[in-house]
Amino acid sequence: MAASTSQGWSWFLALAFGVSFLKCLLINAYHSTDFEVHRNWLAITHSLPVSEWYYEATSEWTLDYPPLFAWFEFGLSHVAKYFDAKMLVVENLNYASPATVLFQRLSVIITDVIFIYAVRECCKCVREDKGKDLLAKPSFILATLLLWNFGLFIVDHIHFQYNGFLFGILLLSVARHLQNRHFEGALLFSILLNLKHIYLYIAPAYGIFLLRCFCFTQSNADGSVKWKSFSLFRLVALGFIVVSTFAVSFGPFIILGQIPQVLSRLFPFKRGLCHAYWAPNIWALYNIADKALSVLGVKFKLLDPNELPKASMTGGLVQEFQHSVLPPVSPLVTLVCTLLSIVPVLFTTWRRSKGARGFLRCMIICALGSFMFGWHVHEKAILMAILPLSLLAVESKEDARTFLILSTTGHFSLFPLLFTASELPIKILFMLMFTIFSFTSLKKLFSKAGWLVNSLEAVYLLGLVPLELICEIVYPLTRWQQTLPFIPLLLTSVYCSLGVVYSFIRLYLSVFTAPSNKVKAQ
Amino acid sequence: METWGLVSLCVLLVLTGKWAVSLNSYSGAGKPPMFGDYEAQRHWQEVTYNLPVHEWYFNTTNNDLNYWGLDYPPLTAYHSLLCAHVANLINPAWVELQTSRGYESTSHKLFMRATVLLSDILIYIPAVLLYCFYLSDGSYKKKTAMALCILLYPGLILIDNGHFQYNSVSLGLTLLGVVGLGLGRDLLGSVAFTLSLNYKQMELYHSLPFFCYLLGRCIKQGILGKGLLLLVKISLTVLVTFALCWLPFLSDPQQILQVLHRLFPVDRGLFEDKVANTWCSLNVLIKIKTLLSRDTQLLLSFALTLLFILPSSIKLLTKPTLWQFKLALVNSSLAFFLFSFQVHEKSILLPALPVCLLMNELPLMATWFLVASTFSMLPLLLKDGLLLPYTVTSLAFLYFSVYFLSALDRSSEEELRLSPITQRCLSKHILSPLIKCTFGASVVIMAGLSFMSVAVDPPAKLPDLFPVLVSIFSFFQFLVLLLYFNLVQLTDLSVKKGPKKTN
Repeated sequence: MAASTSQGWSWFLALAFGVSFLKCLLINAYHSTDFEVHRNWLAITHSLPVSEWYYEATSEWTLDYPPLFAWFEFGLSHVAKYFDAKMLVVENLNYASPATVLFQRLSVIITDVIFIYAVRECCKCVREDKGKDLLAKPSFILATLLLWNFGLFIVDHIHFQYNGFLFGILLLSVARHLQNRHFEGALLFSILLNLKHIYLYIAPAYGIFLLRCFCFTQSNADGSVKWKSFSLFRLVALGFIVVSTFAVSFGPFIILGQIPQVLSRLFPFKRGLCHAYWAPNIWALYNIADKALSVLGVKFKLLDPNELPKASMTGGLVQEFQHSVLPPVSPLVTLVCTLLSIVPVLFTTWRRSKGARGFLRCMIICALGSFMFGWHVHEKAILMAILPLSLLAVESKEDARTFLILSTTGHFSLFPLLFTASELPIKILFMLMFTIFSFTSLKKLFSKAGWLVNSLEAVYLLGLVPLELICEIVYPLTRWQQTLPFIPLLLTSVYCSLGVVYSFIRLYLSVFTAPSNKVKAQ
Repeated sequence: METWGLVSLCVLLVLTGKWAVSLNSYSGAGKPPMFGDYEAQRHWQEVTYNLPVHEWYFNTTNNDLNYWGLDYPPLTAYHSLLCAHVANLINPAWVELQTSRGYESTSHKLFMRATVLLSDILIYIPAVLLYCFYLSDGSYKKKTAMALCILLYPGLILIDNGHFQYNSVSLGLTLLGVVGLGLGRDLLGSVAFTLSLNYKQMELYHSLPFFCYLLGRCIKQGILGKGLLLLVKISLTVLVTFALCWLPFLSDPQQILQVLHRLFPVDRGLFEDKVANTWCSLNVLIKIKTLLSRDTQLLLSFALTLLFILPSSIKLLTKPTLWQFKLALVNSSLAFFLFSFQVHEKSILLPALPVCLLMNELPLMATWFLVASTFSMLPLLLKDGLLLPYTVTSLAFLYFSVYFLSALDRSSEEELRLSPITQRCLSKHILSPLIKCTFGASVVIMAGLSFMSVAVDPPAKLPDLFPVLVSIFSFFQFLVLLLYFNLVQLTDLSVKKGPKKTN
């Protein structure tokens, strides 16, 4: 911080090293069952032939990521054998020797180098102030918001997952589009799709953007598409990139004739509408509305308590939540809702292209729309909106405001991921750190007086403090903890979903109200 | 960003790091029958909670002094009592007399760790912030960066939040004493330091500079006029503070003697284990422990300690400035560490505290000392299973102090405060590269020795090879740095300039 700006990127290294040191310190912290999931995948890919990867079912955590990720685990396993070869035995369920923990944690920390590189590329795309103060430079703020992101940190380095390098590839792809290097961007995204298929949710944004802004090389003066400027070469080249990536990834399984099996592993529809802990989205509000209606109905004698489904009282703990008043929601309904939520913004992107930044906004809305309406959404998926939104947040005041609300509520909704008492201080301290930084730095960037959020929003966000106190300290001491243990989770997800829905609406409106950008589609 | 934002980020970062370290193992975890310092602290809670005050320091049926008997001054005992009351509220089994011996559980560990973090938050961190913001130069960013570096000092984090002790209380109180004196609040400063002395008797290492500084100030104000009045006021304050701390023991001279006997166990020998001081290092060549009688050892160590602390103390007496005071604190405590009787490896934290205060003025040498001091505790940390936090915090500290304080760029003879000497004997351009190379070489050697201690099996004939090498090499660095700090203090002739302002 004390180093002057003239020292170039040394501050960036300091930020990256700082967070990496903190990650290393948490190697011995709590890790979730996802740790075993990835150990099992290491074992499967290492000790079985490719033909058995998607059939192996010794562990309940079967391989359910696309083939490139399996190859990634295969590569890791060849390093893993030098740490502890026993972790590579499929039958060694729940094996977690110190060397295994060290290896798996280090693999996440080291693959984050891709993320760090991507963040650097993104920082280069940010419009730069000439201001002297390093702490108020947009690139510095963006780097900190991304590298020190609370959600990514706890999900990857405490809970345990490999989101870091995946988001790295996503951000790198976005940066390449911002730099007008579209072929690279497209290649990176198709690789990303073959690493983790959750990114399919944002594929529509990519499709529309590449078609509109890249295959059509020119726009009319009013921003609408110029049909004559279509470039067949570009379309074919893009198609070639995408198809060849998929061929490399799925090719072996096509030859083996295993595609139906692979797909059934990738898309399990047997799960329920909501995850055990409701992600803070529309369905959490829908569920709670159903609950409230049924309670009211019983109270005013409109419903017969005997006819209500029995399991609904334990909602939040069981996978299936049975609606008692409102109609049940099927996967098809969620799909239609998701599509309906993103079609308008895709249409606008087509009609009036706003270049790569418009694409970025469209992509965030796709991610958030699928989070809002998707089937069996995990709370972790909120990161898909928060991380890219950081890029917009350092460039416009209104986006910064949305970012503050979304990141605070979204991150808070991740708290239940870490339920162990030892990690409680870490998540609170880190959350405070990230929130204080984002509020003070974005305030400094955009407004000299007053905060970016208005008083109502501030009250809502401050409400998270008593909510946390009630959920983690007061409630466990009451006798309801025994009979109704799910109440804190329910409160958290309902409270947070209000903020997420509000941010979604704000973001949506920004597409239609934002003044047309000077950046012409090229 | 406003100052408060930056400072709170810095504090939150440090707290996160400390808590992350505390997730690791502690001293004596799962090692019956004696366990380690963690059990000692828990045992003190048990003893102070269940026994009347006059039994605390005595061997009775309920208080076996051979099992982690209380051997710290009363303030530690009161602190234990306070913690014990909270512990009893949460789970009485934690402090039950006799039956709670060797109690270990996840929730108890959490509780103990939280008490350490709380004392950090209440005493040590505010003291460091006060020091950095009121007594050091530079912009608020510079001050925050310095506070961050001091708070990241790995030695203290590893011993307090890893190994398990409450050094941050006594060190924090001492630092408050320094701040008090530095701000001209002599009485408050004396109270803070007296409390610190009553928390841990090892703070005696710092007492001579405090005494000399205050006496020097009194002399300067005229020993027959205002100075005398000040002296009387300070003495009275110290006496009253002492009396209050020892109040329960004052009724009976027997009690006082017994507490003093527990505090200064002369019969435990010149040194224990492997410690990076003169005696342990000399022991490799000459077996002093068997060669000399106990009394001769005592005399010898006393004489040598005195020899090394006198010059800096006298200098301080004649020139009681803050700069001299800080240097004298280093020189005195380091001399005590290297030459006095019955020194523990953890006592290196005592010189480390004043060295932290020099980070702004002498970044390179301070960083060097602080890294070396952490390294000197390696055998202990390995025993506690703290290899990972040791590696990470040391690297982080080294990186950040070099980055924030530009330690490597600020190594000219001027900035090393060596110009009075080099003007005579050394060419101007040799010194800076020479020191940087030596620094680099020692960091490499320390890294190498750390690696070998972990990865290489020592030869069967010399099972203690690596711990001995670690302590000898650390001793060597400490000795050189002691000479350096003495040189800086004694050649500080610049009466008109005072400590040079650094941006």
